[in-house]
Amino acid sequence: MNIEKKIELLRQMYTIRAFEEQAEQLYALGKIHGTMHLSIGMEGSAVGAIAALRPDDLILSTHRGHGHCIAKGADLQRMAAEFMGKATGYCRGRGGSMHIADPEGGNLGANGVVGGGIPIAVGVGLSIKMQKRDQVILCFFGDGAANLGPFHEGLNMAAIWKLPVIYVCENNQYAMSCSTRRAFAIPRISDRAAAYGMPGVTVDGNDVLAVYEAVSAAVKRARTGEGPSLVENFTYRWRGHSKSDANVYRTREEIESWKKKCPIQRFRALLIKEGALTEERAKQIEQQSYTAIESAVTFAEASPEPNLESIEEGVYA
Amino acid sequence: MREITYSEALREALRQEMQRDERVFIIGEDVGIYGGAFGVTRGLFKEFGEERVIDTPISELGIAGAITGAALTGMRPVGEIMFMDFMTLASEQLVNQAAKIRFMFGGNATLPFVMRTPAGSGTGAAAQHSQSLENWFVHIPGLKVVMPSTPYDAKGLLIASIRDDNPVIFIEHKLLYKIKGPVPEEPYTIPLSTSEVKRSGQDLTVVATSVMVKRSLEAAAQLAAEGIEVEVVDPRTLKPLDAEPIIRSVMKTGRVLIVHEACKTGGYGGELAALIAESEAFDYLEAPIVRLAGRDMPIPYNRTLEYHAVPQVENIVAKARELAQGRI
Ligand SMILES: Cc1ncc(C[n+]2csc(CCOP(=O)(O)OP(=O)(O)O)c2C)c(N)n1
Ligand SMILES: [Mg+2]
Repeated sequence: MNIEKKIELLRQMYTIRAFEEQAEQLYALGKIHGTMHLSIGMEGSAVGAIAALRPDDLILSTHRGHGHCIAKGADLQRMAAEFMGKATGYCRGRGGSMHIADPEGGNLGANGVVGGGIPIAVGVGLSIKMQKRDQVILCFFGDGAANLGPFHEGLNMAAIWKLPVIYVCENNQYAMSCSTRRAFAIPRISDRAAAYGMPGVTVDGNDVLAVYEAVSAAVKRARTGEGPSLVENFTYRWRGHSKSDANVYRTREEIESWKKKCPIQRFRALLIKEGALTEERAKQIEQQSYTAIESAVTFAEASPEPNLESIEEGVYA
Repeated sequence: MREITYSEALREALRQEMQRDERVFIIGEDVGIYGGAFGVTRGLFKEFGEERVIDTPISELGIAGAITGAALTGMRPVGEIMFMDFMTLASEQLVNQAAKIRFMFGGNATLPFVMRTPAGSGTGAAAQHSQSLENWFVHIPGLKVVMPSTPYDAKGLLIASIRDDNPVIFIEHKLLYKIKGPVPEEPYTIPLSTSEVKRSGQDLTVVATSVMVKRSLEAAAQLAAEGIEVEVVDPRTLKPLDAEPIIRSVMKTGRVLIVHEACKTGGYGGELAALIAESEAFDYLEAPIVRLAGRDMPIPYNRTLEYHAVPQVENIVAKARELAQGRI
C-alpha cells in the first residue's frame, strides 16, 4: 500500500472517531431522538475492510454502522443530517443512525435487525453474478449475528453458488451483555467457515493493515469467481452497547486495557515510525477530521426538518 | 394503594410466580445481568440464578423453540423477545409449532408458556424497532394475545398468563414501562378474556388497546370539560376476546371509535368493527363505526414524523368530538 493510501486510512479512522464523539455530544445535549451504537475503538475493522474494495463495490452494514458509512466515502453532511433526522439527510430523515443508506455510493444500508444483511448479501451476490458485473459485496455483521439462523442459511447459499461475497464478522466480544464466551462453544467464529466450505480467518481487528490484507485476499477470491470468504476481525467496543447500557457485564479494567490497544494510535505510531508521517502532519490530519465533522454537524443543525405533508412518501414506488 | 411502574409490576409478577412455582423460568436475550433491554427482569438473575433466568445468544427462533419444547414437557417458561419486530424471526416456532401442537395432538398436550415482547413507537427507534404486530398473532388459532395498558393490568394479566395452559403472546408497550399506577403487593390474577370499562360515559364508546387506552383516557378527560362523556373500553386480551362489554357499551352510546397504534389496514380495529357490525349493537348505531389507527407506513425516525405516524391525544379528541357531535 502506498503512503497516500495509508494516510487516507488514518484520516478515515480519525473522521469516524470524530463523528462518533460528536454524536455522543449531540446526544448528551438532547439533540438526538432515539438511540445509537458507537464503534469507537473498532475503526480499524471498518476502514481496513473497506480499503480492500473498489469504489464501485458494495457493502451491507449494521446497527453499528457509522464507521462503515464513512469508510465507504459517505458525504459527511448528508450523513450527519440523517443522523439528526433532517430532510437533507441520506434517507430524508426517515432512517436515522440505524438506517443510514447510500445506494448510489455502494452502501446498501445499516440494519436494525441483527444479521439482517447476511441473507441480503446472497441476493446481491447472485445479482452481481447474473448481471456479469465485476463487483463484490462486503457484508458486515457482529459476533452476535453469527448465532442467528440467517447466518447459516446465508453463508451456505453464498458458498454453494460461489457468490462474490465477503462476510466480515466484527467480533467485539459482546452482543449487548452476552460475551462470546457464553454465546459460542467454539473459540473462533471463523472456524464456522469450514462448515460451509469457504475459507475463514481471524485477524487482529485493531490492526488496520492486517484487516486490509485479509479482506483483500477474500476480495480477490470473490472477484475471480472462487466464491465467498469469512473474515473475523477481533476487536472491542469502548462504549456501552447503546446509550442505555450501564456496562455492568464487564469490568472497567477490561475496557481500559482495550483502550490501550487503540487502532488509531497504533496506526499513527506506525506511520510515524515508518517515516510516512511527522508528528505535526499527524496532528494536522486529526485536526482536519474533527473540523470536517464539525462543519457537517453545523450543516445538519441548520438543515430543515422533513415536511409533514410528505410523511407517507416513500412507502411504495 | 401503593403505586409502582408498569415495569415493576411485570417484574413483581415474574418474581412471585417464580417463587410460587419452580417450573417457571425466564429465557431471552440480555434478560440476566443486563436485566432486559427495558429493565423488566432487573434483579431476577441475582435472585434466581442463571438456571432460571437464562441468557441466550441472539437466536429468536431458538428462544421460541426452547419455550415450546420446555412447555410441552412440564415446564412453564416465560420467554422474552427484545423488540416485537423480532417476533418475525421467532414466528415459525410460535405460529406453525406452538399454536398447533395441542390441536394436532388431538388435545393430548398443553403448552403453558408466555412470550413477552414490547411493541410500539415513540422512542425514536425507527422502522425496525417500533412495530405493533399484534394482529399477526391474533390471526393464529391456538395463541392467546394479551396487551395490558396499566400497571395493575400488567401484573394481574401476566400472572394469569403464566398460569394459563396455552401459549400466550404478551405484548407490552415501551412508552408504558415508566407509567405508575396502583398495584396490590400480593399476587392476583385478572382472568384472560375479560374486557374492562376503564371510564364510563354515555355519549360515545372508545375501544382502545395498549398505550392508546392511556391516550384515550386523556382525551376523554379533555372532552368531559366540553360536556362530551366518553366511555373507554379496553379489551386487554385481544384473543380470545370478551366482546360483551364492548357490545353493551355501543348499545348504550350508539357511537364507537376504535383506536390502536398498529397500521390501520389489517389491524385489530377491522376485527372489532366487524364484530360490532355483526352484533345486536348494529341496530343501535347512530353513526358509522370509526377507526383511528397508525398510518399504513413504517415508523419514521424523525421525531415529528414519528409523532404523526400514530394516533395522539389530540387526534383522538378531534375524532371523538366529530363523532359525538354527529359530524361523521
Ligand atoms: C434479530 C435481533 N435481535 C435482537 C436485536 C437487539 N440487538 C441490537 S444490537 C444487539 C447486539 C448485537 O451484537 P453483535 O451482533 O455482536 O453486534 P455489536 O452490537 O456487538 O456490534 C442486539 C441483541 C436486534 N436488533 N435484532
Ligand atoms: Mg458484538
